Amino acid sequence: MQVHRVSRQYVIRKLLIMIPSLLGISVVLFSLLALAPGDPFDELATNPAVPPEVRAALRAKFGLDDPVWMRYWHWLIALLQGDWGFSFVSRMDVSTLIMQRLPVTLIVIGASQILAIAIAIPVGVLAATRPYSLFDQVANTFAFIGFSLPTFFTGLVLILVFSIQLDWLPFVYRADIAATGWAFYWEHIKQSIMPVTVLGLFQGAALVRFVRSSVLDVIRLDYVTTARSKGIGERKVITRHVVRTALIPVVTLVALQMPIVFSGAIVTEQIFRVPGIGSLLISSMLANDTPVVMGVTFVSACLVVIFNLIADILYGWLDPRIAFR
Amino acid sequence: MVEPLLDIRGLKTWFKTDDGMVRAVDGVDLHIDRGETLGVVGESGCGKTVTARSVLKLIDMPPGRFEAGQILWQGRDLIPLSMDEMDKIRAKEIAIIFQEPMTSLNPVYTVGDQIAEVIALHQKLSRKQAIAGAAEMLRLVNIPNPERRVHDYPHQFSGGMRQRVMIAMALSCQPKLLIADEPTTALDVTIQAQILELMQEMKERFGMAIMLITHAMGVVAETCQRVTVMYAGNVVEEASVEALFGDPRHPYTQGLIRSIPRVDRSAEKKQRLEAIAGTVPNLLEPPPGCRFAARCKFAMDVCTQGLPPLKEVGPGHYVRCVL
Repeated sequence: MQVHRVSRQYVIRKLLIMIPSLLGISVVLFSLLALAPGDPFDELATNPAVPPEVRAALRAKFGLDDPVWMRYWHWLIALLQGDWGFSFVSRMDVSTLIMQRLPVTLIVIGASQILAIAIAIPVGVLAATRPYSLFDQVANTFAFIGFSLPTFFTGLVLILVFSIQLDWLPFVYRADIAATGWAFYWEHIKQSIMPVTVLGLFQGAALVRFVRSSVLDVIRLDYVTTARSKGIGERKVITRHVVRTALIPVVTLVALQMPIVFSGAIVTEQIFRVPGIGSLLISSMLANDTPVVMGVTFVSACLVVIFNLIADILYGWLDPRIAFR
Repeated sequence: MVEPLLDIRGLKTWFKTDDGMVRAVDGVDLHIDRGETLGVVGESGCGKTVTARSVLKLIDMPPGRFEAGQILWQGRDLIPLSMDEMDKIRAKEIAIIFQEPMTSLNPVYTVGDQIAEVIALHQKLSRKQAIAGAAEMLRLVNIPNPERRVHDYPHQFSGGMRQRVMIAMALSCQPKLLIADEPTTALDVTIQAQILELMQEMKERFGMAIMLITHAMGVVAETCQRVTVMYAGNVVEEASVEALFGDPRHPYTQGLIRSIPRVDRSAEKKQRLEAIAGTVPNLLEPPPGCRFAARCKFAMDVCTQGLPPLKEVGPGHYVRCVL
C-alpha cells in the first residue's frame, strides 16, 4: 500500500516552531543555574594562595559579575558561533567534553529504545489479539513486574548475577578499550548488554501495556470488520489495518517519554559507570562547573525537542488526517 | 425446486457473557434466491445484524459461537469452514456493507488503496491495475472525478459519498450476494434515497442478490421482493412484499406496518402514530413460547406454552403464530 506523503510545508512549520521553544528552554535553564547556589570560583575563594585582586580580575574577565541577562546574551551569541563555553574544572571546551560523552549515551539509549520497541510491539499486539489468553496474562504479569522494578535495583541484580557470580560481563563501562577490529566491537557489545537490557526492559514493559490497549481500541473498530469482510486474511487485517493505526499513539508516547528515558539513563549510567553525558552532568554539578552543566542540559533539551519533531513528522506520515490541516 | 443461493436453516448464534448465554439469533430460517432482494426487518436488538454477520462469519468467537444450524451457500455449509476457506468467499462471492459509513473505512489509507486491496487479491492484478479498477468502480457508483478521488482519504468524503465508496468496494469483485446491514440508517433522507437507488441500479447491472437489513418498512416496500420479519432472535413471518403489506398475519408485523407514518392520515384527524407497547424481551432467558406474547394484544394461554412453528398460510407466506 502506498504511504501518505508528509508535505514539505508541514516539516518546515514544525522546524520553525523549534526555534522559539529552544530559546525559551535556554532562558529557563540559564536563569535556574544563575539562581542556584554555588559558584565556580568557590575553590579560588578559599585558596589563600590566590590574592583577592587576581580573583576579582578573573571574575571580571569571565564576566561573572555581569547581570544575568548580559551573561545570557554573551552565552547565546557565543553558542550561535559554535562556542559552548569552557569548563572551569577540566580546562577543556564544553563542546569537546560533550562530544566525548554524547555518542556513548546516544548508543545506549538508542539501543535500549530499539530493544524496548522490538519487544513491546510484537508482545503487545499478540496479547491484544488474544485478550485474556494465557499469553496475554503472562505478558501482562511480566510487564507489571518490569515497570514496577526501578532500574537501579534491576541493574544491581544483573551486576550481581552476570558480573560477580558468573563473571560473564564487565560491570564497569570502559571508553578506553585497547583491542582493535572485531575484538573492539565485541568488548563494546559485552559492556553495553547490561545497561541496554536494564533500560530497554524497563521501557519495554511500560510500552507493552500501552501497545496492547491501543491495539485493543482499534481492533473493535468498524473498519477492522470491513477489512475482515474483504477476505484478505487475519494476518493482513492485523498488520495492515490494526497495527498501523494503533501505532500512532505509541509513536507519541515513545517520543514524549524521551526526557524520562534521559533521566533514567543518568541513573543507569551511574550504576554501570557508563561515561555518558549523564555522568558528566552529575560530576560537573558536584564541581559547580556551570558552563558544562548548562551545555549538557541544553544538549538534552535539544535532543528532547528533536525527538518531538521526529514524532510530529512520523505522526503526520502515519495519519493523513493531520498533515493536511 | 431450484436450490436457493443462500439458505440459512435453524441458525443459532449465541454469545457468552458474564451473565449467561445471550441468544441473539435463536433458530433463524431464511433463504435468498439468485438475483432477488430480501428484506430483513425487525427492531433494534432482534438479531438482524448478528444473522448478517454470521453469514460471513464476522462474529468474534469467543464470545460468540454457532450453537446450531446451517448456513448453506449454494448448497455448501459455511459453518464448518476454516477462516482461510471463508476468505475465498468473502468479498468475492458474498460482500457486506455496514450501517456506519463514517467509521467503516480505514482513515489511514486512500479509498483507492482500500478498494484496490480487494481487487488485487481476488482478481490477481497488480497494484496499478487494481487502482485503475478502483477508479472504474468509483465511476460506477457516480463519484465525480474518480481518477482524482481514488487518491483521497476517507475523511475527504461525506457520509453519503463514503457509503458509495463502500458499495464500490463491495461490488468490486462482482459478488453473487450483497449483504447491506442498514446501509442508509446513518444518512439523511435525500441521501438515503440516492443510495437505495444506486443499490438498485447496481443490482440490475451485476445481477446479484441483496439481503437488505433495515428497520424502515418504507424502504422494504420500495426495494424488496420478499421480506423476513425477525423478532427477538426468531423469524416471525416471511412473505412476498405484496402479501406482507396486504395481508400481514403476525401481530408484530401488523404493529410494524401500522407504525409507518403516512401522509394521507394523521395530522387532520389527529390520529396518533401507533407504537407497539413494551420492549424486546431479555435474550438471556427468553420466555418459553412465543417471544412476542408479552406485548401481543391477542396473547392467549397457549402462546406462552411452546414456540409455535412456522406455518404456511399462503404460497411462500409463513408465519409463526397460533392465530
